[in-house]
This record gives sequence, C-alpha cells and structure tokens, in this order.
Amino acid sequence: MNAPGEAAPIPTGPPLAPPRRLADLAFRWIALLAALTIVALIGLVGWELYHGAGPAVRRFGIAFLGNSTWDPVTDRYGAWPFIFGTLVSSAIALVIAVPLGVATALYLTEFAPVRIRQPVIMIIEMLAAVPSVIFGLWGIFVLIPWMRDHFFRWLQGAFGFLPLFQGPIYGVSMLAGGIIVAIMILPIVTSISREILRSVPDLQREAAYALGATHWEVIRVAVLSYARRGIFGAAVLGLGRALGETMAVTMVIGNRPEVSASLFAPGYTLASVIANEFTEATSDLYLNALFELGLVLLILTVLVNVLAQLMLRTITGGASGKVN
Amino acid sequence: MKRLLLTLLGAASLTVVASAQMLINGAGATFPQPIYTKWFDAYAKVDPSVRFNYQGIGSGGGQKQILAETVDFGASDGPMSDENLAKAPRTLWHIPTVAGAVVISYNLPGDPKLKLDGPTVAAIFLGKITRWNDPAIAGQNPGVSLPDQDILVVHRSDGSGTSYIFTDYLSSVSDEWKTKVGKNTSVNWPAGLGGKGNPGVAGQVKQSPGAIGYVELAYAIQNKLPYADIKNSAGNYITPSIDSVTAALATATIPDDFRFSMVNPPGADAYPIAGTTWLLVYQQQKDPAKGKKLVEFLRWAYTDGEKMAADLLYAPLPANVQARALQRVAEIKY
Repeated sequence: MNAPGEAAPIPTGPPLAPPRRLADLAFRWIALLAALTIVALIGLVGWELYHGAGPAVRRFGIAFLGNSTWDPVTDRYGAWPFIFGTLVSSAIALVIAVPLGVATALYLTEFAPVRIRQPVIMIIEMLAAVPSVIFGLWGIFVLIPWMRDHFFRWLQGAFGFLPLFQGPIYGVSMLAGGIIVAIMILPIVTSISREILRSVPDLQREAAYALGATHWEVIRVAVLSYARRGIFGAAVLGLGRALGETMAVTMVIGNRPEVSASLFAPGYTLASVIANEFTEATSDLYLNALFELGLVLLILTVLVNVLAQLMLRTITGGASGKVN
Repeated sequence: MKRLLLTLLGAASLTVVASAQMLINGAGATFPQPIYTKWFDAYAKVDPSVRFNYQGIGSGGGQKQILAETVDFGASDGPMSDENLAKAPRTLWHIPTVAGAVVISYNLPGDPKLKLDGPTVAAIFLGKITRWNDPAIAGQNPGVSLPDQDILVVHRSDGSGTSYIFTDYLSSVSDEWKTKVGKNTSVNWPAGLGGKGNPGVAGQVKQSPGAIGYVELAYAIQNKLPYADIKNSAGNYITPSIDSVTAALATATIPDDFRFSMVNPPGADAYPIAGTTWLLVYQQQKDPAKGKKLVEFLRWAYTDGEKMAADLLYAPLPANVQARALQRVAEIKY
C-alpha cells in the first residue's frame, strides 16, 4: 500500500519486442534513408559551394569578407557590402514583421469572434502563396512611388536628426527592401505564432484569471511567457526566409554595393547579387567569387540559427515559463 | 484499364516519332532569343527533319557550354575573351547574326528630344555632371528648358550584353571611363542605382523624375520611351533606329575572326552605341549529320532569316557583312 499523498505507480509491461516482420524492418530503413538523404543533401550543397569557390577562397582569403570592392573588370571582389545589406534588410524585416505577426496571432486567438477567424487566417495564408516576383513588381510600381513621395518624406521630417533617416530619397532603398521582406515573412510568423498561442493550455489562462489578472495581464503573464520559446522559433524561421529572399528584394533595394548609414540609401544583398550576375559571369574568378558569396550566405544562415538557439537558451533558461 | 494502356501506348509512340527528328541544341544570350526563336520556327517549315532547341541562359553560360561541347552552338552578346577562347578544344568561330542598339532614356517634364555627345554621357554616368541644367547638356540643347534637378543615374544590376555595348562605347569616348571602370557585361558603376533587366531600368527611369538610364532599342520602341540623339564620330546627332544601326555595321572595322566592336564607327549616318550578337560554332563539327543540318540552317538564316530581323526590331547585317558571314559558314567542315 502506498503512503498517503504518493501517486500510484504507472503500470509497465514487458519491453516491446524488436521488429521481426519484414514490413517493420523495411519501414525503419526507409525512414532512416530519408533522414540521411536530407543531411546528405545539405552536406552536398555545402561541399559543392566550397568546391566552386575554391580558387576565389585561396586568392582572397579572409579579407574577402571585409573588402568593399566588387569589380568584375579588374577581378577584384569583396563581400562586405552584401553581408551588410543582407543583415540590415533582414533585421528591418524582423523588426516590422515579428511585432505585427505576434499581435495578429494574439488577436486571432484571444479577441477575434469565431466567425471571422477562418477568413482572416485564409487571407494571411494567401499572402504566403503570392510569388516573390509579384511582390517585387508591386513594390516597384505601387509601394516605391508612394513611399518616396509620402512615407519617406514624413520619416525624414520626423526623425531626420538620426543618421538613419538622412540623405537623398530615391525610393529604392534598404528600407524598401526590408519592408518588402517583412510583408513576405509575415504569413510564416503569424501562422506559427498562432499555432503556438493556440497550444497554450486553457489551464494557464484560468489560473491567471483566478488570481485576479485583467485580460491583458493574462495574456502577458500566462500566454506570452508560456509561448516565448515558440514565438522566438517563429521569428527565427521568418529570419531564415528573410536572409534568402531574392527576387522581391533585388527589384526594390537599388542594387548598389555600398555601405551607408542611411536607410534611404540603396543597398545590395548576397542573394540578389548572385541572382543578378551569375548567368553572365564570363571569367572563372568571377564565377568562383559568386560561389564564394553563396558559401558566405550558407554559413551566415547557419550561424544565425545557431546564435538564435543559444539566445533561446539564455532567454528562457531552459524552462518553458509555466505558471506552476 | 484497357483504355489506360492504349493511351499510354499512344503517348509512347508519339515520343518515338518525335525522336526520329534530329535535335540540335544551342544556348546562350537572351538578347537575340526572340529572333532565334522565330528563325527556328520558320525553318521547321523549310526542313521538318530537324528541330532546334535554344536555351537563353546568358552569354556567360553560352560560352561555357560551347567550350564544354554540351551544345552544338553557342550564342554570346560579347565576344569571347582571348583566355576563354584559348580553352576551346578546336578552332571556335564567332559569326555575327543581328545587331541592336543601346539608347539613352530619361524622365524629364514634357519628354523633350535631347541631343547628347559621348563625353557628356560618360561624365553623367561617372557622376561628374550631376544636374540637368549643367552647361554641357544645355549647350547641346538650345531651346529645351532643362530643370535645375539632380540627375539620377540608373544602370543594369544584372550582367548583360546591353551593358557590354554601353560600357564599350563609354570606354571609347572617355579615357577616364576606360581606366577607372572599363568594359564588361557587369562593371563597378561609379554612380547610380541598379535595375534588374531592361524592365527594371525602364521602370526605375519612368518612376523617378530626373532619371537617366540605358535600354535596348527594341525595348524602348515597344514601350514608347523617350530617348536621346547621340553624336557620332562624324559629328552628326543620330536618332537611334534600325537603319542607323545597319549603317554603323556597314562602316565598322571587322577583322577576320569577327570579334569586333562597332561602337563609334566612322560612318556619317551611323548610330554610335550599337553592338552585334554572335553565334559560336566550331570549324570542325563533331557529328557529320548534325553539322550538315546546322550549316544548312545557317545558310538559310543569313539569306532568308535576316529579312525577318527588322520586324522584330533587330538590325539585319548589311550586304557586305552578310557575304563574309556566308563565306565563313561555307568553311565549316562536318
């Protein structure tokens, strides 16, 4: 008999027998093969990039990452403006898309009447289905003129004391690139955040209400802190897409390999320059340099993901934020 | 079940019939793709036993593929460099097919017709001339009211034959451009924004007041963009057109290997910013049957095909160049 307060032991049976039937074995191996294929594919991409970048890596060394010249005529190449552009445009996209996406997800799970939830979800999913090029075209003909004539001028008027918002306004700019990418990663961030918020157990909310919290306090204390990890994961997924976004960005970012403090200045990203110049690259070193940019992009994506995982561990301290 | 099997059999037999046709593969530049597609289409009616397949993967790709011999002929908007040509396993020939022009388009109130000369254009694209009412521009355009506005330069962000022709021209009219920037399908532009493709540049110019950019003649005509008259080396301001490009070709110096540049030619009616596109074929064809069909096609292209060029807004080769091209085609061995 158990002592009072002790839970009853969970009944366990004999351990499961190892698979003996052919179907079980075959399925196990097929699943293993599928997993290995994916790992092998990533490895193959990385190796192919390294192999293609070989001569450029040997020629330029580590200075490639800090050099700002991109001159196909004299075969001098450097990746710094592209790395800067990729990081800055992705950062702008995250700053815009994550608060917007999480807020939308919160509205859909906490406030929206049940009737309008499905239609709104469908509309957001459709945003994800629009091809990248269409966003780019819409950006050139609709967004850029409006931003150049109204939004950017207002920004310069209101925040012009910051070096971020100084300088001539062309329309195509780093900020325009960031905004377009924000629109593109919004569906991912929103739908994953929504799933995460939906998975918060009602018990958490009820407990917070029972303690006398207001609706906002319930959301802040019980829902958001429980969902911290998941929302961070959604942001990282969005960032992954933002780093690689090519077509829409290249149409609105101005395609100028320059590093500038102003968000209104044109920029260039790693993915855009590869897409623009790969087909017409005639000299071998030129091609190798473009391959090297691809390798840099791959390493950048991996690094950012690793960094995100580390940050996640420190933010949440390993715990999931449950109100116990 | 029976119907499914019958349809599968039918589909399979179709592929058998299709494979009885000879397939000749080519790849390369996108600039001449419309005219090549039209030629292949028209030639299929002349000789139904052969089918051509052309992929517009870019001049760089075209050069690489013909060097690797994965295609039967290549196409390039710029001539192959000496070091690339040296990699060819056998003698590789350049044969020009059609020519096109690069026009300077701009966005000014009232769409005035501007006259510009080479050094002025170079100075604008170098970032030296920054305002529209600069005396260098105003001096060539009396009677046109130029606004006191910044010039926004727009160039191509992607590598292209159009950029090659344009930078070739700028290198020939400006020593500073030649030493500082040079000529290539993609260069380190000293000033301005990059637009992707002809539509990117044209779109950017149309959207931005005070912008100036360069696009293909065919594109400018089709989209009704305003473009400038450029001064040629004879001192005349020439309006870009198919005739002025053919005139440029007629007076250009064309060496024996056909790797020539036709910017700034001496002719009085020649438009100075023009260039040709080449087919890359081996002197000794690997496959005799394919080689024979290819030579027959080329012969047709240089006699009947050239007549279709003007409809698609390409400049056909003038008679003297056409004769030399046909001569070169006759020397292909298979």
